Amino acid sequence: MAEVIEIKEEHHVDQLPTPNNGEGGENSALNISYGKTMMWYFLLSDAFTFSAFLISYATIRISQPWWPDPNVVFKSFPFMAHANVPLGFVSVMTFVLILSSVAVVRAVQEGHRMNQKGVVTWMFWGIVGGVFFLGCQAWEWNNLIHEGLRPFYNPFGPNEAGKTTLFLEKMAMSPGPVAFGALFFGITGFHGFHVFTGVCLNVYGLIGAANGPFHKRGHYEMIEKLGLYWHFVDLVWVFVFLAFYLM
Amino acid sequence: MQTTTVIDSPATEHAHAHGHTGHHHTETFLSKYIFSLDHKTIGKQFLIMGMIWAVIGGLMSVIFRIQLGWPDETFPILEKMFAAWYTDGKLNPEAYYMMVTMHGTIMVFFVLTASLSGTFANILIPLQIGARDMASPLMNALSFWLFFTASVVMFGSIFLPTGAASAGWTIYPPLSALPQTSPGSGDGMTWWLISMVLFVASTLLGGLNYVSTVLNMRTKGMSMFKMPLTVWALFFTAIIGILSFPVLVSAVVLLIFDRSLGTSFYLSNIVIGGQALPYAGGSPILFQHLFWFLGHPEVYIVILPAMGMVSEILAIHSRKPIFGYKAMIFSILGITVLGFIVWAHHMFMTGMNPFLGSVFTLFTLLIAIPSAVKVFNWLTTLWRGNIKINPPSMFAIGFVSMFISGGLTGIWLGNSTVDIQLHDTYFVIAHFHIVMGIAAFFGMFAGVYHWFPRMFGRMMNETMAYIHFAITFVGSYLIFWPMHFLGLAGVPRRYYTFNEFEAFAHYGTLNKVISIAAIIVFLGQLIFLVNFFWSIKRGRKSTQNPWQANTLEWTSPIEGIHGNWEGDLPEVHRWPYDYSRDPNSDVDFIPQTVPLTEEEKKDKIHH
Repeated sequence: MAEVIEIKEEHHVDQLPTPNNGEGGENSALNISYGKTMMWYFLLSDAFTFSAFLISYATIRISQPWWPDPNVVFKSFPFMAHANVPLGFVSVMTFVLILSSVAVVRAVQEGHRMNQKGVVTWMFWGIVGGVFFLGCQAWEWNNLIHEGLRPFYNPFGPNEAGKTTLFLEKMAMSPGPVAFGALFFGITGFHGFHVFTGVCLNVYGLIGAANGPFHKRGHYEMIEKLGLYWHFVDLVWVFVFLAFYLM
Repeated sequence: MQTTTVIDSPATEHAHAHGHTGHHHTETFLSKYIFSLDHKTIGKQFLIMGMIWAVIGGLMSVIFRIQLGWPDETFPILEKMFAAWYTDGKLNPEAYYMMVTMHGTIMVFFVLTASLSGTFANILIPLQIGARDMASPLMNALSFWLFFTASVVMFGSIFLPTGAASAGWTIYPPLSALPQTSPGSGDGMTWWLISMVLFVASTLLGGLNYVSTVLNMRTKGMSMFKMPLTVWALFFTAIIGILSFPVLVSAVVLLIFDRSLGTSFYLSNIVIGGQALPYAGGSPILFQHLFWFLGHPEVYIVILPAMGMVSEILAIHSRKPIFGYKAMIFSILGITVLGFIVWAHHMFMTGMNPFLGSVFTLFTLLIAIPSAVKVFNWLTTLWRGNIKINPPSMFAIGFVSMFISGGLTGIWLGNSTVDIQLHDTYFVIAHFHIVMGIAAFFGMFAGVYHWFPRMFGRMMNETMAYIHFAITFVGSYLIFWPMHFLGLAGVPRRYYTFNEFEAFAHYGTLNKVISIAAIIVFLGQLIFLVNFFWSIKRGRKSTQNPWQANTLEWTSPIEGIHGNWEGDLPEVHRWPYDYSRDPNSDVDFIPQTVPLTEEEKKDKIHH
């Protein structure tokens, strides 16, 4: 198996990043390799998917007379049973996701320096950040599901004064706008799926960096491509965060 | 193991062709014809799948046209053939709606999107820009196999006990979201949605490949502005697909949630059979916005490849440079950009704000400008040309005719004031079938007849091709021209029968004429299929460059080798439209690989 990989890599050396081996690829229009071209266009495409989701969110939310206050819905914190920390937990997970993006930036930088050990270390921390984020999301979903939130049921409704209240006993009709749960699970779930995919891809990148095939190619372009995806997922979270937690 | 290394990436391809020319590795039938990574084979796979789908989709239209033409008759023969869809010799209303829905879905997505782009982008992009293969052959093959899987799911849905999806190809909720509304909104709709998600993944993989191949894999000298217009058109088509199909994914995902998880994205305040459903707060109009954000660019995905091929074919067969090469490119760009901001002209009747309607009317009418630029450029390319009459040129000219006829009614429908009268009538059916259905098919036929020698090394039979052309051209107008009058009279689309309506009673004969024409045109396509498969085996052997064209695909060995060119890739020196440059010369074409002469170097135009 190892032998096969070696044969492949030899050919990659004269092809990437800008194929200029006397034939083909002389005219790289954007002066980047085809792999990065593909990644950029894929991210554009994915940006349209998320935009459609977030515009749907805005459309539905604007049409509602009342919407739960995120400071009340998202106030729980693990290991602090009845604490009231509005947006505390989500701030931690957002911060960790951004840190993990920084770690991947460092991995790309070490790749440019051809420092294999540096790439491996920073990719590792990037993955740790991603896994931590996914763990946080799992806890938050679990917590909200325990409180009664479902895609088709929303226990966070207005009390007499219009303040957001958690109605613990199950009612025939949702106390609050039913779209809240659907949008929350739908959009954060779709984002979480992207983070999960990103973690898997980053593990692939980590293995490639640690075992040496990237190093033999003479460049760490794969890490750069993974980095592009990872930063994109991070950027999307900023918008999701804005939509669900801050507005 | 050996094969996996060889087929890993174009990089390996390059290296192999570099090291020792004519490299051959052992290929089995499976690796050569089925799980091939060669762009030419994948293109042919898309073409064959498209033909199968076109026959199925066309047959469905014949079935529902028979119902519309002879609503009082019984057809025991058809009942024997399609027992599940007929009762007492008559087509079931549910089956009728399933036919209409699947006809639209199959023709728009599976034939004119996947197969049209899939065939010609795969075959032409690497050959015309001088590349050994696509940027990623593996992704390219995956694109086809995802399309194949989507096809299997969609085809399978037809045989479900409750039938395939039947909410129209636009699958508007709440009809498509609630299984209790119609049999086709049950499992058939679920299968439709699964199929479409796979389909979009296929389109995305294909599109990313086409874009990065065009941007990165061009041979020496092939600058962007030396590319043939086919490549330009396929390039922009791929970009439209990359940016619009993901929005369909969002729409479909939310619809799946509404159907399976009980969410209310598109549903609100619904009462069925006296029972109030628990859905609240959703908006069916939201679905229409998301759908048409794909749906409108989709029609340009369908028509742009045909436009590109027609531009190329008209220039070659009228032995003249294309008129307005850059104008053609910028009008494709204009159509691409404008195509994204006109989607709500499909929704004038949703009660949208009239001011918003006027904005969308304005953008819609603006598209007439680049479209007209293209039409005038085709006509001026033909003008005083040395026109060669042959199947590709006939179909290309037929395309221009269809595009003009259908495009003009588009200007009517783009006006919100006119559309309010004509919305959901046969006028709309006539308009879009002529401008994107028939026109795109004409472009596709022109492309197949023109590049058949490139694909199979043989020519197609001309006599059969002319009969095919005559039947298709005359027949298509016979089907769709009368529909304009039906539509102006207010006859609504998608109705099962017009017997109940006194106002439409005297259109019975006209509906019979349309149905007879539809059956004849369908049978006419079988001539094409016979010609196609017969010519693969028995057609006259093609010469290296049968149409005396300039583009690079005619310099590659006719038998179609892996890697496209023996030895080095060709080098490009000039644009692809140097036809009839020198009136004193015997040869009226100068291939792109011919270096510039000294005089030409001084004269900077076009080079």
